[in-house]
Order: sequence, then C-alpha cells, then structure tokens
Amino acid sequence: MSIAIAEHIKGIPRSGIRDFFEIVQSMNDVISLGIGEPDFATPWHIREAAIYALERGRTGYTSNLGLPRLRRSISDYIQKHFGIRYEPLSEILVSVGVSEAIDLALRALLNRGDEVIYHEPCYVSYAPSIVMAGGVPRAVTTRADEGFILHAEDLEKAITPRTRVLMLNFPTNPTGAAMDPEELEKIAAVCVKHNLVVLTDEIYCELTYEGRPHHSIATIPGMRERTVLLHGLSKAFAMTGWRIGFACAPSELIEAMMKIHQYSILCAPIMGQDAAIEALDRGEQSVSGMRREYEMRRNFIVSSLRDMGLECPSPRGAFYVFPKITSTGLSSRDFSLRLLHEKKVAVVPGPAFGSGGEGHVRCSFATALDQIKIAMVRMAEFCRELKA
Amino acid sequence: MMLAMDAIIDLLQQNALMPRSDMARLLNMSTEEVEAAIAKLEADDVILGYKPVINREKWGSEKVTAVIEVKITPERDGGFDRVASRIAKFEEVQGCYLMSGGYDLLIIVEAANLRAAAAFVAERLSTIDAVQATATHFRLKTYKENGTFHHFDVSSERLSVTP
Repeated sequence: MSIAIAEHIKGIPRSGIRDFFEIVQSMNDVISLGIGEPDFATPWHIREAAIYALERGRTGYTSNLGLPRLRRSISDYIQKHFGIRYEPLSEILVSVGVSEAIDLALRALLNRGDEVIYHEPCYVSYAPSIVMAGGVPRAVTTRADEGFILHAEDLEKAITPRTRVLMLNFPTNPTGAAMDPEELEKIAAVCVKHNLVVLTDEIYCELTYEGRPHHSIATIPGMRERTVLLHGLSKAFAMTGWRIGFACAPSELIEAMMKIHQYSILCAPIMGQDAAIEALDRGEQSVSGMRREYEMRRNFIVSSLRDMGLECPSPRGAFYVFPKITSTGLSSRDFSLRLLHEKKVAVVPGPAFGSGGEGHVRCSFATALDQIKIAMVRMAEFCRELKA
Repeated sequence: MMLAMDAIIDLLQQNALMPRSDMARLLNMSTEEVEAAIAKLEADDVILGYKPVINREKWGSEKVTAVIEVKITPERDGGFDRVASRIAKFEEVQGCYLMSGGYDLLIIVEAANLRAAAAFVAERLSTIDAVQATATHFRLKTYKENGTFHHFDVSSERLSVTP
C-alpha cells in the first residue's frame, strides 16, 4: 500500500541544506563551514545551574506559557537590551526554539490564502512555515550591493490586498545584514500604512560587531502593538540543543498562540527553561566573550576570502559570511560541490537560502579558529587552481 | 589603541605562539602594527615573559610542587617587601604572593623531588628570621593550569551542516 501524503506537504521541497548535509556526512576529514550553530558548548555556569535544577528534581511540566520566573527574566532582559517592556504574565510565551514560535504566530494570524512577505536570502524555514500555516509566501529579494537590507519601496511593491504579515530577520542568516534605525522606520511606516503584522526574528541580536547596537523594529512608535518579537537562547548563549525560544507580543496574540502551543507542544522542556533563567540573568559576560571571539574570526575569514579575490563584505551581525563567488566562473552549487570533493571543505550554496543567493556561498565562522585557518588555506588553493 | 592592546594581550594569553600575521587578520591590523604593539608591551615590561604549560604526567618528571603558606614578622622599614624578595630569589620559588587573610605570603615551590622540597622548607625558608611559621601543601594532581585543562574529555557531536 502506498500512503497518501497531504498535498500541501508533498509540494514543499526538502531543505537544500539537508541534501548537502547528506553528501558531507558520507565523507571523512571534511572541515565544515556549513554549521549554523555555535562551536562553543553552553557556558559552564548555565550547564551547572541546569544540573542543580535536575538534582532538585525539577523535571515536570511547566505553565503553558513557560515558567513565570523565566518570563520575568525575559521581560527584564528585553527591557534592558531593547528598551521595551512586555508584561511577563500575558505578553510572553516560551517556545521550543524560535522556529516553533514562528509557526505559532503564523498559524495564529493567517487565514488560508493570506500573504506573508519576507526578505530573501533568508533562513530556510520561512517559506515552508508560511505554506504549512496555510499562507502564501511572497519573497522580496535583497541585493548584495546594498548589503542585503530590505528597502521600504521594495516592500511596498510586494504588498497586495491579501498581505497580512511581514517577516524580518536582522541580523540575517545567511548574509549577516543589519538595518539602521532610519531604514527600519521607513519599513515601520509601510507596515502601519498597510496594517501589516510584523514577525521579527532577532535571534542574532546580541551578535553585532564593531560595537554597533542592535535596533528592533518593535521599539519604533506605533509598532509594539503590531509586532511579534521573536528571540531565543540558541545563538548568543550557545544553547541550540536546549530548544528555548520566546515570543513577545500583544496579549491577545499571545493568547491565540498559546492555544496552539498548549494543544501541540504543552510546554517547552523545564530543563531548558531553568537553564535559560541562569543564562538571561547572569550570562552577559559569557555572551560578550563569545561575541569578541566571533568578531575576530569574522575579521580573519573576511580578509582571507578577499585575498583569494572573492568579493566579501564584512557582515554586521550573526556568524556567517556570504561571499560572492561568480568571479570563479562557477555556480554556487558547482563551487560548493567541487570545493567539498577536491578540498574537503564544506560551505553551503547560496540558493539554499532562496532567491538572491545564487552566486554566493555561506561560510559560518562559528567554527574553531584552527579549523577556519585550514579551511582558508584549502579554499585559497582551490581558487588558485580554478584560475590556473 | 588601548582596546587593541587588550585584545593582543588576550590572544597572547590564549596562545603566545600564535603567528603575528594571524593576530593581524583577527584584529583587522597589519602584521607590522601587531609586532610593534607586542614589542612595546615587552619594552614597557607589561609582558615579562612567555612559558609553556607542561603536562607533568606525560613528561614523566619527578619534580614536585608545593604551595606554602608563610607567616612573617614585617620589618620596621621594609614591611613585607624585603623578606618577600629575599624568599622569591631562591631558585626553587616559582611564585610568591602577598596575601590577605590568615597568613602573609603564599609561595609556590618547585623542587627536584620530595626530599629537596622538604630540605628547602626546613633549611632555607624556616631559618629566615622574619619567618614565624610555615604550612606546606604538596600538589597531587593538576586539573587546570593557567587556564589550560590537563585532562580533556571534549567531544564534538555537532552535525556537519545545519541551517
């Protein structure tokens, strides 16, 4: 018997990253710059706090919205770092990573056929999440020569009467793009004018470089009431496996998201929630140490790639560089496959992140410096041999 | 420039042998700038030296290390400094610190073997006039030294490509 899969799921392509991952897995001695998670283990003080919580037998369910104590920590953290206050009891929901929170928000907001605009290249889950929530994804392609930022004019052109939601992700995976407040204000004005809800995935907000502050669209006047601020512990605190994210939004939307979360997930795991309290309350020094390390690696990888003759802007945030590889005469996929087979270095082809990614590859610098150094030597050889 | 100096010191503390050209790339500086900055730190006696971190179990050395608490009668003119420098000058003394709390000097002594360490305490240290009392603790095992772990159980189980 063949099992019939639902039409709307059949139509969704597998992540391009997944395909690539399977090739890499089949090879030995590959240095991978394809990893979208910190190479640091979670800082010890956070792990130790989680161990202590386990020892005390804290192993049960929590409130659907998450531990009240954690929601207070989130509220304080967001107020301190973003300058905006959310009510711990009614405006914050703790989710299983930001990915779940995105799904909850989309399902709570979209009626079948509603359109969602997002900027590409972007994280691989956005378009499928929109489709699975019954929406229609509408990508706006951002351009390398403009630093991959979203322009208000381009956004406005993509709006139709069915557009309900705008998804933002700055700093951006895979491009490292960040938005200045003036540009964000223009985006905000368009959202107010067209009555859009904004889902802003700010998972990389602590990882901005050269001392530049992060700006959230939620802080712009008129935006708090139409914004879902999504953040989590995975990236800045090196806590990917704990699966703790959160959404901050007006209470009626949190209430709707909570209903879906309650019936599908119940609650985020308590071990992760206990660890998150320690991270948010006392993790600042660990985060700034990791940020310093990432910034140095960024400098290293950017200057190495430029020496190879590749065009490579210095990313303003996150931990990826997105160099242009068209000067080699290869497509992103051929470049990545040949680099993998000939030099055993894994990078991710740009088109895995949607339109506008062709001609680029993503290299993560969430990899130990000694690995990055070897990878850069091998990539330089590869580029030299292509020219010869 | 001060920030760059701090960053250079951080990198040297992680790995003093890191090629200066790598440091330059990490810090967005030229190799010459990094070399000049390090030369200045050395000339100003901010950096006093560079030493390896040795895993003695692997080296198979018989050397022993003792941590000794020392109570001192301070001198009228020299305070603790003169006695401390007198003690510090012994070759066996690898570290010598003035402490707050229950004793005055903490010294770290490295000797060829247990007998030599005992002889140092009994014949050299205790016989100094200003030394009132000593308490000697021998090191049994090193877990971490100068920020470096001696026993590693780090495993990386990250997937090789993730979104």
